[in-house]
Amino acid sequence: MNTSITRFDRVALLWLTVALAGFCLFPWYMLEDGLFSFEWLFDGYPFDTDYAPALFLLVQGEKLWLAPLLAVFALAAPTVFLSRTHRFYGALLIAAGTLGLLWLAAQGLSIGIRGFNAEWLKALFGELGDRQFGMGYGGLLVAVACLFFVTTGLAARGAVNGDVFVVGAIGFIVAIVSVFIFFPIVTMLSSAVTDDNGLFSLGAFFGKFSDDKIWSLGCVTGERTCGVAWNSLFLALLVGFFTTALGLVFALVATRSGIRQASLLRPLTVLPIITPPFVIGLAIILLFGLSGTVTTFVADMLGIQPTRWVYGLPGIFIAQLLSFTPIAFLVLIGVVEGVSPSMEEASQTLRASRWQTFRTVSLPLMRPGLANAFLLGFIESMADFGNPLVLGGNYDVLSTEIFFSIVGAQNDQGRAAVLAIVLLLFTLTAFYAQRRWLGQKSFVTKTGKGDSGAHALLPKRVLLPCWIIALVWAGFTLVVYGMIVYGSFVEVWGLNNTLTFKHYIQAFGVVWDDNGLRLKGAAWDSFLTTLQIAATAAPITAMVGLITAFLLVRQNFAAKGAFEFGTMLSFAIPGTVIGVSYILAFNVPPIELTGTGVILIISFVFRNMPVGVRAGIASMSQLDKSLDEASLTLGASTWRTFTRIILPLMKPAIVAAMVFSFVRAMTAISAVIFLVSAQYDMATSYIIGRVENNDYGIAIAYSTVLIVVMLSIVSIMQLLVGRTKTSRRADPVAV
Amino acid sequence: MTNSTKDSTAAQAPATGDITLSSRAAPVEFNQVSKVYGGSVTAVDNVSLRVEAGELVTLLGPSGCGKTTTLRMIAGLEKATSGTITIGDIDVTGLPATDRDVTMVFQSYALFPHMTVLENVSYGLSMSGLQKPDVRERAEQGLDLVGLSGYGSRLPSELSGGQQQRVAVARALVLEPQVLLFDEPLSNLDAKLRRQVREDIRDIQTRLGLTVVYVTHDQEEALAVSDRIIVMNNAVIAQIGTPRELYEAPASEFVADFIGEANILDAEIERLANGQAEVRLGSVQMALKAGPEHKPGPVRLAVRPGRIRLNPAGTADSIAGVIDKGTYVGSHMEYRVDTDHGVMFIVSQEVAQAYVQGDAVGVTFATTGPVLLSA
Ligand SMILES: Nc1ncnc2c1ncn2[C@@H]1O[C@H](COP(=O)(O)OP(=O)(O)OP(=O)(O)O)[C@@H](O)[C@H]1O
Ligand SMILES: [Mg+2]
Repeated sequence: MNTSITRFDRVALLWLTVALAGFCLFPWYMLEDGLFSFEWLFDGYPFDTDYAPALFLLVQGEKLWLAPLLAVFALAAPTVFLSRTHRFYGALLIAAGTLGLLWLAAQGLSIGIRGFNAEWLKALFGELGDRQFGMGYGGLLVAVACLFFVTTGLAARGAVNGDVFVVGAIGFIVAIVSVFIFFPIVTMLSSAVTDDNGLFSLGAFFGKFSDDKIWSLGCVTGERTCGVAWNSLFLALLVGFFTTALGLVFALVATRSGIRQASLLRPLTVLPIITPPFVIGLAIILLFGLSGTVTTFVADMLGIQPTRWVYGLPGIFIAQLLSFTPIAFLVLIGVVEGVSPSMEEASQTLRASRWQTFRTVSLPLMRPGLANAFLLGFIESMADFGNPLVLGGNYDVLSTEIFFSIVGAQNDQGRAAVLAIVLLLFTLTAFYAQRRWLGQKSFVTKTGKGDSGAHALLPKRVLLPCWIIALVWAGFTLVVYGMIVYGSFVEVWGLNNTLTFKHYIQAFGVVWDDNGLRLKGAAWDSFLTTLQIAATAAPITAMVGLITAFLLVRQNFAAKGAFEFGTMLSFAIPGTVIGVSYILAFNVPPIELTGTGVILIISFVFRNMPVGVRAGIASMSQLDKSLDEASLTLGASTWRTFTRIILPLMKPAIVAAMVFSFVRAMTAISAVIFLVSAQYDMATSYIIGRVENNDYGIAIAYSTVLIVVMLSIVSIMQLLVGRTKTSRRADPVAV
Repeated sequence: MTNSTKDSTAAQAPATGDITLSSRAAPVEFNQVSKVYGGSVTAVDNVSLRVEAGELVTLLGPSGCGKTTTLRMIAGLEKATSGTITIGDIDVTGLPATDRDVTMVFQSYALFPHMTVLENVSYGLSMSGLQKPDVRERAEQGLDLVGLSGYGSRLPSELSGGQQQRVAVARALVLEPQVLLFDEPLSNLDAKLRRQVREDIRDIQTRLGLTVVYVTHDQEEALAVSDRIIVMNNAVIAQIGTPRELYEAPASEFVADFIGEANILDAEIERLANGQAEVRLGSVQMALKAGPEHKPGPVRLAVRPGRIRLNPAGTADSIAGVIDKGTYVGSHMEYRVDTDHGVMFIVSQEVAQAYVQGDAVGVTFATTGPVLLSA
């Protein structure tokens, strides 16, 4: 309520201030010690060129290529004194923001740590004789301000009804998705078509692409092993098919067996969420490995030599089946429940028997859901890294092969990129198929109102086999998890079966000494880092997911379909691909993040973003749209509507999304393993490291601790969210 | 956020209580407004209309005819594809809902479930930057106006449907909007409550002199509450008029049929003079009011079932017919009569001596009965 509001345009003023602060106050370049260290404040700031803001660099005659940004600010400045409706307001902001972003990108991409990056620039301007590192706070703030110059300008010119908040949010999401998903992927693609001398060469690409190790069909003719691409494809098809079949069996048992205990199956769906992906693989080794319980037992009984049969396709297959069946179950239980009981009842009144009803009505109605579950299983299997890593043996698959081409003796980034492209082609094809044929369909049935009536029970001849399979599987799962817990207390599995706390003490020991409590265990470091990073990533993921969901569900704008596709795309990008592409893209200026904690956080945010978006979409679709509209007609802006109406009503969904992304960040391995550094080691990569050293004891003990920690977190969350839900359900208003 | 209005027709607060809420009612005008959804569905097609300040106008029409879309364009929740919209004679076509001085009562009420009744009613007031004590005072006045003082601290879920509806009205009223919109506000209430609430709404509207646009597809409701009715059909306006005009002089077969029931008969205009038409229907001659669009030649008539009389066969100037079916419905008789001009549906108050099937009758029209249709 002061006069400045009427005299200045607040939005323009805000972003100009941010831009100037970034240029004049904050260190322009990335700091050695990462974004979270503030040593620079006391160490020569603002004149030391390592810490200097852009303005101080220019004053000292350094990095003169930053000077054009001053023109950008000059261009934007007048808008502070103009009204939003003024002819030049939008045009000036758009011009300033676009120029600023283009210039930032151009100088960042062309000038790196060795001066000019490209030969033609050197040829044109001569050697630069100077260099620059990745952008830091200063660069970030200026880039953000330029982005919002553009969106504010576009809003002023009438985009999306002139809504500054909505246009800004769209711009923000588009920008971060472009920078952290598309830019790395494009960088990876371009590194695949670059030869060893850094020159563009399709030959190099095709040379690597047509490698026999990728595409050989040797195993069909029986001479040699097959290429990794075929291995991955075969495995994924197998896993997709069997997880779908098993998932369907469990879904049917859970909903149509008429037995109440069947609901006990539901907790099993939580397991894959809280279990690091390779832990099942470890348990399989404990059971079926060379010195595994089952292997030695059978070998003793039959008097034969124990073998390593489980390493390779059988082992990976069993582990993935255990890991991903619950996901199929989760999908299919919705589908099975979604088949309207009245249709089945109608069929029965038309004199169809239970079996005929099931075969001619229920099953066909579930078909899209089945295909959906299959594709999900396919993608998950393709992307899985942990299980093939611990169980692979000689059966090479794409995800591990990518890893070994980067970290192994080969260190062939080009090959890794090519393999990543092959993997990406498979998963994107599956993802595209899923969206194209099924995406919409499965959604429509969800939003419809539930019919009353009960589901037809399964005919006996279906039910009985289903029960048997479900029980066997549930029993097996219990054994697997029991193995993990038990194994963590065993001295040396298979050799010395005495029980011990040794592994826990080694990993999580604490001592009291003169300095008070000291965390002596070897795992504490990575454990605390993991907690910290996962806890930082979770709220960001939830926020990004929620804003995206808000835009998708509640706003209409041009190219919304493409926007949605882009935001959901990272679901189909396997973690290994993300890992490789991040290394390639963020190892060099302008965005230099490798070795920091930030890159881990970012990778989690974008890996888990689709989950946040889905959760947001699901709960926002249940929120009556007229609530937002009522708020708008009562004079609240979109921003206030978002914060005062939508956010409070979505609290349970926000908590759920946060917990879920927290847990997923704790259990992730595939992208993480490329991005960890000595300073920022994560729990999962630490465990994998132990496994590779054949140090199973600590690995299993650590895994057990992770599972227990996450089980408690998820249970607490379900208690909290469950309670809020029931109190809201009694609410007849939100019809 | 509010645009000042020059023609503020604030009604004086009535004697009841010390209610100081008033209105800054303003006229609404559509100038050739169209709305096309997704490039193909035309929900509103080139509509022009004007709602005067302090007037209650209903939008009436069958499902899917574009009523809600029209209303939402007034609110700013939907952007017009073409045409201009003015409120208080200021062009608001490009203004979003937030910046328009229009409030709306939603069909689902859209009360914020996480806020108390008082917070709901205060929401818009605090959004417009009023001071806290003022907000509270005005919100309580609003609740008082709808008879819900004392309910402020309850959650919406702790109210009955009718009470929720009144909270929604109060929430929209307290902003003293230039225009107040209702989208089928009664559809979630039971029949008895409906009559009560619609009278309450009408009462508040006349007391405060509000400009109200009200959507319904119930013709009885529309006839009961409106100053004027806009009948829509297939995205265009079929007719605008007072309830009486629409009932007694429907311009088209659609309106005649949609508002009450009507017999549509083919007749012939023989002569036209000074807005009077000589019309012949078989052997019967009538003088009816005609408009500029009428020309000598074939024309169609609409006659309400209650404006047709049954007489003994052979009555002078009557149309011969035979009773096809007679139904006793308590307060009156309903007949289907076969005539040379088609089957007629007739309502007769003469319950005591009813005709039976097969009786020959002579059909005549009340003087204010038939009207010429223009479409
Ligand atoms: N968001 C939308 N997208 C596409 N078409 C729409 C949309 N909203 C409405 N329509 C279409 O526009 C037409 C008019 O819809 P509108 O909601 O205005 O009808 P209505 O007169 O309010 O009907 P009812 O009495 O059933 O509420 C309908 O054909 C409807 O299908
Ligand atoms: Mg409607």
